Amino acid sequence: MTLRVKDLKVYYQTLRGDVHALDGVDFELADGEIMGLAGESGCGKSTLGKSLIRLDSRMRHVDGTIELDGEDVPIAKDREMNRFRYHEISLIPQYAMSALNPTRKIGRMINELLQSRGVRPSEVTEELNRRLELVGLDPDVLKRFPIELSGGMKQRVVMVMATLLNPSLLIADEATSALDVSTQRSVVESMVEFRDRGYVKSMIFVTHDISLVYQMADTVMVMYAGRVAEKAPASTIINDPQHPYTKMLIGALPEVGATTDEARLEGIPGTPPGLLHPPTGCRFKARCPIASEECSETPPLVEIEPGHWAACWKTGR
Amino acid sequence: MWRYMGRKLGIYAITFVIAVTINWMIPRFMPGDPVRSMLNKASVSDPEAMERMTNYYNEVFGLETPIHQQYFAFWAGLFRGDLGISSMQYPEPVTDIILRAVPFTLGLLLPAIILSWIVGNHFGAFAARNKILDNTVLPVGYILTATPYMWLALLLAWSVGVVGGFLPTSSGYSLALIPAFSWEFIASLITHWFLPFLSMFIVALGGWAIGMRNMIIYELEADYSNYLQALGAPRRLIRRYAFRNAMLPQITGLAVQLGTVIAGALLTEIVFNYPGLGSLILRALNNNDYFVLQGTFLFVIIGVLIANFIIDIIYVLVDPRTRVQMTGGSS
Ligand SMILES: Nc1ncnc2c1ncn2[C@@H]1O[C@H](COP(=O)(O)OP(=O)(O)OP(=O)(O)O)[C@@H](O)[C@H]1O
Ligand code: SF4
Ligand SMILES: [Mg+2]
Repeated sequence: MTLRVKDLKVYYQTLRGDVHALDGVDFELADGEIMGLAGESGCGKSTLGKSLIRLDSRMRHVDGTIELDGEDVPIAKDREMNRFRYHEISLIPQYAMSALNPTRKIGRMINELLQSRGVRPSEVTEELNRRLELVGLDPDVLKRFPIELSGGMKQRVVMVMATLLNPSLLIADEATSALDVSTQRSVVESMVEFRDRGYVKSMIFVTHDISLVYQMADTVMVMYAGRVAEKAPASTIINDPQHPYTKMLIGALPEVGATTDEARLEGIPGTPPGLLHPPTGCRFKARCPIASEECSETPPLVEIEPGHWAACWKTGR
Repeated sequence: MWRYMGRKLGIYAITFVIAVTINWMIPRFMPGDPVRSMLNKASVSDPEAMERMTNYYNEVFGLETPIHQQYFAFWAGLFRGDLGISSMQYPEPVTDIILRAVPFTLGLLLPAIILSWIVGNHFGAFAARNKILDNTVLPVGYILTATPYMWLALLLAWSVGVVGGFLPTSSGYSLALIPAFSWEFIASLITHWFLPFLSMFIVALGGWAIGMRNMIIYELEADYSNYLQALGAPRRLIRRYAFRNAMLPQITGLAVQLGTVIAGALLTEIVFNYPGLGSLILRALNNNDYFVLQGTFLFVIIGVLIANFIIDIIYVLVDPRTRVQMTGGSS
């Protein structure tokens, strides 16, 4: 087991009170697993991604544990956490287009980052060049400034840079959202290739785009309002979803392979609950077509069949 | 790169021509007779000298020659370094008078601009990382930038100079001394220089510090800073990047501020009766000496243009983004 997240609660502190962005998240990630993370905007996907590597100043770790390769990840302790960052847990951020220092040549910036993390750049130069070529980039990009690269090129540079130290866990937050379809595909293929070659052990791939997830992910986890709704192998989520929310999410897909986000997000009537004062019981009950009395109790996340978890009173087969 | 420079130079050249033309037009198209008003103010008792002056100015303002010939004659003189002859210090050439004043103005301006910029930037960057300092630097900075030049200069002259009596508040050096390369004279230069310099330095400092503080905070919240933090890069590295990137807008700021700073320097000179271009302008105005006035403005314009050009070049050298745009480089 690579990653084990137990009852993770992370809140945003705001003037109006705590935003319960993650409110008891449970899941496990196996070695070599690529997990797609889906759900409507605001359900806490990015928050989960950030919680695994670095809490920003407004985020507070309230409860729960994270374990990576059998070791406790001290997420609330910024300093102790540093040991894991980049070496063990790495990130391709949602803003990969602007993740590079605009006034440094890319190669120099990578070298400075490596040095600051206690790695001698000369030890990885060869590997760096090889991997750049693997994703279809000329190693010459290292001599260029970020502005001289196209969006897709920057995305790939960030991907190579993020995985250079062979992290155990890679979090890719909407890493492909800003790219056109064919670039998306090649980036996604490179990611799978990186996993296959063991450059990263396992990966969490955050996206709105379920059809893209289906292409690359082994498993899919669907979140709703700060909780896990369902997690299962990708084909199960697409073809045989159990949780009512997942069913609506999949049912709202106009057709597999379509790419506009709006089409599928408008498909589900109603809006997710606010996380400042989340409702008690099942968080989906206001929009759930089959909600009943028992739903005012919080449904636990249970394994309804091997490798298939769901949090709904109606899915216990 | 060279094309960009060429274009910039072209723009500067056009600016220069326009400025010179306006400069030339002002005394000529002013109501009244410029020659008469100049001579009235010039206190010459010797009628023979008066005669010579009258002839000279009548010829230059050449009431007989057509206007375009006057214009070209002006340009020709300009290229020979001939800006005419002063009326208030007849028969001294204007160029000589100005060249004597220029070192004083530059000696005041350059250190004030450069030091306030450097110190202000470092101070602002430092304040950005320290809450207590931030809470003091910010209000003080705002007060300083809001302070009118004149007022601060007068305040300094009065408190340190007149009441405290530590430093002289008038003139560029002790008038009891004869300019020479001696310790005594140099010391006199420095003590006279200090207060006008300080007043300019202080007023400019606050603005740079505030600007830098805000830019640094902005850069520290930029995506690349966030990403480096997520990858566990030490604060030292992130700050280094942020500082460098925050510097760039400050360089542009320098170019934008230049006009204000020079105007401030001219005012400061007047307050401290410092023998630079500012005082010269005042004297020329009082004496209706159009030639000195013309020449001084010309020098100021040239100075501003050169400084802007230098800043342009520096900016291009330090910011890869402009460099890339100029070579049209993309993938
Ligand atoms: N800095 C913040 N302060 C307060 N609340 C926040 C903050 N950032 C996010 N939130 C809230 O936390 C919840 C989860 O946000 P998160 O960014 O994780 O959503 P997401 O699933 O990544 O959405 P998207 O798909 O739009 O990226 C949202 O309700 C959001 O309003
Ligand atoms: S627990 Fe109830 S409300 Fe929640 S999804 Fe299941 S049926 Fe719907
Ligand atoms: Mg997000």
